[in-house]
Amino acid sequence: MEEKGIKGLLIDYEYCTGCYTCVVACAQEYNWPEGISGIKVMEIVENLPGGKHYLVYLPFPTEVCTLCASRTKKGLEPACVKHCMAGCMKYGTISELAEEMGTKKRMVLYRPR
Amino acid sequence: MKRKERKLIKTTTWSAGPGCHGGCGVIAHIEDGRLIKIEGDKEHPWNQGRLCARILAMKQYIEHPSRLRRPMINTGERGKGKWKEVSWDEAFDYIEKKMKAIRDEYGPESMIFAMGTGRDIGPWICMLAYAYGSPNVMFALSGNACYSPRIAALDTFQGDYCVFDAAQWLQKRYDEPRFKVPECMIVWGYNIHATCPDNLFGHWIVDLMKRGTKIISIDPRLSWFASRAKYWLRIRPGTDSALAMGFLYVIIKEGLYDKNFLNNWTNGAHLIRKDTNKLLRESDIIPEGKNDNFVAWDEKEKRPIVWDTSILEYRPYVKSPMITGNCKIKTIDGKLVVCHTVWDAFCKKVFEYDPEKVSIITGVPAKDIIEAARFYGKGKPASIHWGVPIDMTPNITPLCHAIASMWALTGNLDIPGGNVFSRFAFDAVAYALPGAEGVIKLKSKEQDLPRIGADKYGPFRKFIWRCQTDTAFEQIFTKKPYPIKGMWIQTCNPLAGIGMDPKKWEEALKRLDFVVGVDLFMTPTMEYADVVLPAATFLEKDGVRSWWVPLQSINKALSVNECKSDAEINFELAKRFDPDFKWNTLEELFDEIIKPSGLKFKELKEKVWVFPPEGHPSHPYHRHEKGLLRPDRRPGFQTPSGRFELYSILREEWGLEPMPFHEEPPFTPISRPDLAKDYPLILSTGRRSPVYFYSEHRMIPWLRHLDPDPVVEIHPETAKEYGITNGEWVFVENWMGRARFKAKVTPVVPQWMVMAAHGWWFPEKKGEENELYGVWESNINQLIPMNAHGKDGLGAPIKHLLCKIYRA
Repeated sequence: MEEKGIKGLLIDYEYCTGCYTCVVACAQEYNWPEGISGIKVMEIVENLPGGKHYLVYLPFPTEVCTLCASRTKKGLEPACVKHCMAGCMKYGTISELAEEMGTKKRMVLYRPR
Repeated sequence: MKRKERKLIKTTTWSAGPGCHGGCGVIAHIEDGRLIKIEGDKEHPWNQGRLCARILAMKQYIEHPSRLRRPMINTGERGKGKWKEVSWDEAFDYIEKKMKAIRDEYGPESMIFAMGTGRDIGPWICMLAYAYGSPNVMFALSGNACYSPRIAALDTFQGDYCVFDAAQWLQKRYDEPRFKVPECMIVWGYNIHATCPDNLFGHWIVDLMKRGTKIISIDPRLSWFASRAKYWLRIRPGTDSALAMGFLYVIIKEGLYDKNFLNNWTNGAHLIRKDTNKLLRESDIIPEGKNDNFVAWDEKEKRPIVWDTSILEYRPYVKSPMITGNCKIKTIDGKLVVCHTVWDAFCKKVFEYDPEKVSIITGVPAKDIIEAARFYGKGKPASIHWGVPIDMTPNITPLCHAIASMWALTGNLDIPGGNVFSRFAFDAVAYALPGAEGVIKLKSKEQDLPRIGADKYGPFRKFIWRCQTDTAFEQIFTKKPYPIKGMWIQTCNPLAGIGMDPKKWEEALKRLDFVVGVDLFMTPTMEYADVVLPAATFLEKDGVRSWWVPLQSINKALSVNECKSDAEINFELAKRFDPDFKWNTLEELFDEIIKPSGLKFKELKEKVWVFPPEGHPSHPYHRHEKGLLRPDRRPGFQTPSGRFELYSILREEWGLEPMPFHEEPPFTPISRPDLAKDYPLILSTGRRSPVYFYSEHRMIPWLRHLDPDPVVEIHPETAKEYGITNGEWVFVENWMGRARFKAKVTPVVPQWMVMAAHGWWFPEKKGEENELYGVWESNINQLIPMNAHGKDGLGAPIKHLLCKIYRA
């Protein structure tokens, strides 16, 4: 029954603006040297039919992401989620987040390492 | 082991530090006087716990090994880097002696006080300049082309500045029942993810989008907004005024304007003489009539009536005079003059810009212009947010006039979810800003007389209490009408960021007898100073912030070596320069600035932020109807006519076009086909980076890693044409000079334009021996001239030059 409590990160990539807050919030929290962070942000320029494009920024949790276990056990949100300026990141149990994912398009759910 | 005691200090961001215009609530975690981390304050209504990358990197900023920590005096030739650390007393004594000598010999006006963008610096540099006796405070950008032109423009036509409404005036924000989410928002030349300029939190627009707001994006680049917009108008840079006129065309032709607002709150009914094309004034028709009263036509009685600006009513009283049509009026010299209304003249001007014509000028399809204009015109409510590209064109003021007429005529001014007046909280104003007189001011009007450019440019006499930058810059070389001998440069970096034609700035600095620099790091500009003083970040100082709402305090959380706040530095010297200096301590001055709030600085520090109450002029909405905007408390606006001016009285008096229009900028393929032959691409600059503010932050490792190189964006087809591959170094060049950039091949830019990053220098390189941290390698401003500002001294062609590109 432990499976039920597994945590994840839900990203609404319609609203991620690519501000890099999550990257630096993580670096500050864990004092990472530059270049290492629990999260990276990718810029994707989608080519669409008719010469159109869609610009996406997509945060991606890396191998060093612990979902801020040290913070969440104190009842705090992960540092990236707390500071995200677009409010497009959510921390919770996989099942809660999966349910939320069903209510809105352009979402991605991560279960990091 | 005993845990160290951690103090949590609530404070407000403002630069120095993030570089931006501040306002976010933060909690600084301090142990043993060191910053452990900084977090957003969830209770703070401004940012609601959120923060940007630059604030989150404050630890690296504060503790950076290259931070200036002690005052330094240049012991050799300027630019050679022979610095000696000295005590504050030595530095202050040296500066006092040198600056007093200049004042004695040449007069106080021969010292210019140069500042950068709108951070916590304006009051303090004015305080110092005014205590010294100089009116020459300079915002060092050509054409003063950042924000103050927009503010001055709105002060001219509507009396107060306004911004898009995100309920930022209200403690409960979006949950406040009075607030309405706009149906439509025009985002005009603004890119969300990168920085929060103009004293707004950029992501408020994302908050609105999540609540249903649909976006019209006006941008040559595929910005984040453009990508998500209902309508994206890919405009040719510099043609915004034509587009705004096209919007007005559709709004007026299709009757999407608010007739009540037109009749009651604009000067649309006032008469223009057809013989002179000027406003008919009471003094034209009545011998004792006043020049500042205007005339309208009473259709029922067939007679002229006077708009009395002292009571803001018609004499004899008529509710709605003629809004469209001609009339004949006898003037005091016996002539019968044909007149028409301002509204007719305004419409005539607007109707020169049909969507087909606007499409040819702007490159935006006519269908898109029509549909977007309809969507905005029908949006209830609808708002507009504009970015700095609006300032960065010489035709800035007519452009603002056209855009402001859009929100005024559609009835979106000072309504929930529209464009809302932004008054200083409690009307607590620290220093003279456009449209406001502050606590810190010159001692007399006489002291203001030598202010450079004020004699030439109307807005500088009425709203902008700075020098006209290009004129002041030229005066360094011409020495006319009086020589410039010294410059105080504070948090301002003209060689790397704010200066156009920066090699000429280097020349200008060399010509000065004495230069003082105040900054947090050595910069290319600081290398040309005789003395450099180390300034503090916002975490290292106390301060007040009344830049709109709420009123906020900055609460000191720690100290770094001998760094002092800009306010402290300038306060000490102001006392030395002015024997009658009014305040004994900074706290006394803070108390006086925030006096209208009824609070003492100590009390504000406890609260950190406080909102003005309902009924105060700095609290929304509908203030022109309630009589909250004017000193006489009559309903209306703070303009000469008391109405929103579709025809600007001040512009007429200044000899400038009183109604909006489009003018092609000076260096485009249309205005300069001769140059376009050799330089076929449009060069646009100034795209923001989320991790930098202008020329700052290149030395902060967490930030630099995310945006490591100066980049020029090139469309894939264009790159192919010039044989350029992604990631390759290229030169961007025109008749002024060239700069080196890393190519980012991306379809976000159109084929006919490149976008070059700005503010680049390399703190990791050497500063001394005139190496200046590689500032000439990738400084795009080398391709942009000074002195190309508009007729009112404002604006600069920073977004639309011409260039060619080739592999380096």
